[in-house]
Amino acid sequence: MPFIANTDEQRKEMLAEIGQTMAGLFADIPAEFMGRDFNIPAGISEQQVRNRLAELAGKNSIDLTCFLGGGFYDHFIPAAVYSLISRSEFYTAYTPYQPELSQGTLQAVYEYQSAICRLTQMEVANASLYDGGTAIYEAIMMALRVTGRNKIIIDDSVNPIYRVMIKSYTKNLNIQLEETCSSDGLANRKQILKKIDAQTAAVVVQNPNFFGCIDDFTDIAKAAHEKGALLLASVYPISLGILKTPGAMDADIVTGEGQSLGMPMSFGGPYLGFMATKKKYVRKMPGRIVGETKDKFGRRSFVLTLQAREQHIRRAKATSNICSNEGLCALTALVYLSLLGKEGLQETAKLCADKASFAYKRLTKIPKVKAHFKTKWFFNEFVLDLPCEAGDVIAKLIDKGFAAGFPLSRYYEGMENSILICVTEKRSKQQIGMLAEELENVL
Amino acid sequence: MNCNDMMQEQRISNAVKLIFEKSVEGRRAVRMDLPDVPNAMNIKKEFLRDKAAELPQLSELDVVRHFTELSRRNFGVDTNFYPLGSCTMKYNPKVAERIASYPGFAHLHPLLPQLGRGGMLTQGALQVIYETDLMLREITGMAGFTTQPMAGAHGELTGMMIMAAYHRDKKNNKKTVLIPDSAHGTNPSSAAIAGFEIVSVPSDENGVMDIELVKRLLNDDVAGLMLTCPNTLGLFNPKIKEICNLIHSVDGLAYYDGANLNAIMGKARPGDFGFDIVHVNLHKSFATPHGGGGPGAGPVGVKEKLLDFLPISLVVKRNDGTYALEYDKPKSIGYIAPFYGNFGIILRAYVYVLMLGKDGLKRVAENAVLNANYIKEKLKDYYELPFDKVCKHECVFSASKQTEKNGVHAIDIAKALIDRGFHPPTVYFPAIVKEAMMIEPTETESKETIDTFIQAMLEIAEQSEIEPEKLKSAPLTTPVCRPDETAAVKNLDIASL
Repeated sequence: MPFIANTDEQRKEMLAEIGQTMAGLFADIPAEFMGRDFNIPAGISEQQVRNRLAELAGKNSIDLTCFLGGGFYDHFIPAAVYSLISRSEFYTAYTPYQPELSQGTLQAVYEYQSAICRLTQMEVANASLYDGGTAIYEAIMMALRVTGRNKIIIDDSVNPIYRVMIKSYTKNLNIQLEETCSSDGLANRKQILKKIDAQTAAVVVQNPNFFGCIDDFTDIAKAAHEKGALLLASVYPISLGILKTPGAMDADIVTGEGQSLGMPMSFGGPYLGFMATKKKYVRKMPGRIVGETKDKFGRRSFVLTLQAREQHIRRAKATSNICSNEGLCALTALVYLSLLGKEGLQETAKLCADKASFAYKRLTKIPKVKAHFKTKWFFNEFVLDLPCEAGDVIAKLIDKGFAAGFPLSRYYEGMENSILICVTEKRSKQQIGMLAEELENVL
Repeated sequence: MNCNDMMQEQRISNAVKLIFEKSVEGRRAVRMDLPDVPNAMNIKKEFLRDKAAELPQLSELDVVRHFTELSRRNFGVDTNFYPLGSCTMKYNPKVAERIASYPGFAHLHPLLPQLGRGGMLTQGALQVIYETDLMLREITGMAGFTTQPMAGAHGELTGMMIMAAYHRDKKNNKKTVLIPDSAHGTNPSSAAIAGFEIVSVPSDENGVMDIELVKRLLNDDVAGLMLTCPNTLGLFNPKIKEICNLIHSVDGLAYYDGANLNAIMGKARPGDFGFDIVHVNLHKSFATPHGGGGPGAGPVGVKEKLLDFLPISLVVKRNDGTYALEYDKPKSIGYIAPFYGNFGIILRAYVYVLMLGKDGLKRVAENAVLNANYIKEKLKDYYELPFDKVCKHECVFSASKQTEKNGVHAIDIAKALIDRGFHPPTVYFPAIVKEAMMIEPTETESKETIDTFIQAMLEIAEQSEIEPEKLKSAPLTTPVCRPDETAAVKNLDIASL
């Protein structure tokens, strides 16, 4: 039997030594529940399972040229990322409850927290959350704890996939969730400022937003702070290679999806939710936190800290129910950021922006293809209006070998003809040219 | 300088600098592509950051050495026996890692199925999710699963949201959830953030939930019950069906925390005990790696009457044999993850079940239970065993004997085990046992390994009689020894800025 150590002989031997039978070891389970014949196929060999799964993998189309983003991106991943996170001392360990034999994980988490702070220009970060969407939900819960209020304002330029998740989570709680309707691709100042009141816990915005547009929330942060509310900003970490940081905008809680930092798209996960905040709110922050300390000989050491916030101590009164988070994904992000380094991340972000800008110019030269928004500031995604339904065009371009973009009608009314196109550093000038040609052909 | 000082000196010099402290201005690891498009920088200056993020500047070898060195400061299942109770630290098959890295899975964009005809481009991945659902149904006795929850606690929250949706739909005005005092902290926490109030139920003299107490606590306010079975003491509650029936008698729902499923997998099913909702931890029973604290996966299954409330989207099989995503479920609790959950983890669990098959799963439970009982019997004369009866996948001892007599605590025993090359058991949990040591060996460990562990535990018991102070100075073989956790909170340093 694979992965099970003891032989039949050893089983007998062990049972004999403790004076038991196998039936005896399960005698505490009432007989009516036992003896079922499970409808699970017989086990197969490693060779068979690899063949079968290779066949299933082959039924997934990965040879399309990818201009599809929407918060989940096809970035270049250096080979060393996979080599290092495949060190089994990292991936076969668990939560570092015993610091002496977990200094590797603990120091890596401390470095990860530091890297997230440096990237976002925030003061503190946690050890990870599940994904970018649940990170916003956790940030909302945190804002309620910080302010003691219950109204949340969220602009519809925040990723719609996250907005529907937040609706699910807040349904059973006494939270007043109000959406504002973005204006020309940017968070709607007029509506947001009007809605901020003495009950408002937080305003939630995203940069670059779901449409790829770049914004500066300094004004919204100021307005929120004047009324005692917080600014929650969800960000795309690669863009922070060049873009103004949420810290510089005076955001209070920063979250984001970390998948772009070295994780493959893997059909939706595992991904990485990150969270950073101001030092004054650290005790209200959810999730694991690693801190530096000294051991009994005065040596530099790392430990889990501020555990009094957490479920295993506070139970029903904890800041969050989170236990297992996305440890290995946080390590992935740290290794990725270390390999790219200060200049590499900047260059990657710049390549994304330049290539997107090139694609935008090339595609809008096609007759009948127009930019949807007046704002011309975008990072690596932009919205174009086609002369017909975007979904149909995208389907036709699949046949030509392109995942050309995302049809916005799926989440936004009145955008039937709009397509969201993403360009990462992996896309070449030639691929952009071919997409333009094929698009022109199918229109 | 004596030998001890020298050793200590060496240990200090062996401290690994932070990666930021190794940075050298201008050094590079990855070279990016040269731009093939004009250097447009079409973003106005006000939108740009004032200075580059202070990330490390290192060569690839620098980075590789750094993380390799860090990795050597860890125990993992591959390096050491890891009997961390309640965490099911079994071996993680390498083949599952290999398969998860197949480009056909790793490079698949999650939004593809949302494009027109895009679902046909991901048939292999959808089939994996669909068949995992079917296997989990059969293993647990449920009618349908969502694979979306990204960890055990996330599964708990999802399950409790389903419970809330059920009662809202039936216009039941129920607020409270019964949870045993031996439960994982995530249980009360998950129930609370789903909007419920918690009633903690003390364990009886046998270490399990007291049915008489349940009867007394039962009223129309009770929305449901959250339970692990076997519980965190490794004990199976023989009255489990009656307890579930009692909960049902007030139209409550019974939630099964699958953290301890490894004990009964392939033998008995929580659905048959009477549970209505279950979550399973794929990173425990189904051998996916723990990752140093995730990623895990916590799929949630429900009985027939709750199917309508499962999150969207769900994978369905159409009459023509193809797979599709179903979104149209008006009673659903909605999306709780952006897509289909931690697909890479689901895939590894799928591979595991395929390889073990029906007989393998059964044997998993048998050997896990045998290994735990073997340890229990071999150690019970030396350590206090609060509940001396057959256990399931784990056994819980107390260090109270050693504490009372020699001032040796569970933490000292844990640290002494580290010096002997073992990851310690879970200590001080469950809180209902003083000085608790919760040992879960799992089925992947051999008799030889377990015998060495038992030998180490016996030596420690002996040492606690003869030279208890030595145990208090353990561990001596690790890069650090008993870091000051109080100082960590006081001088809070959680980032190098």
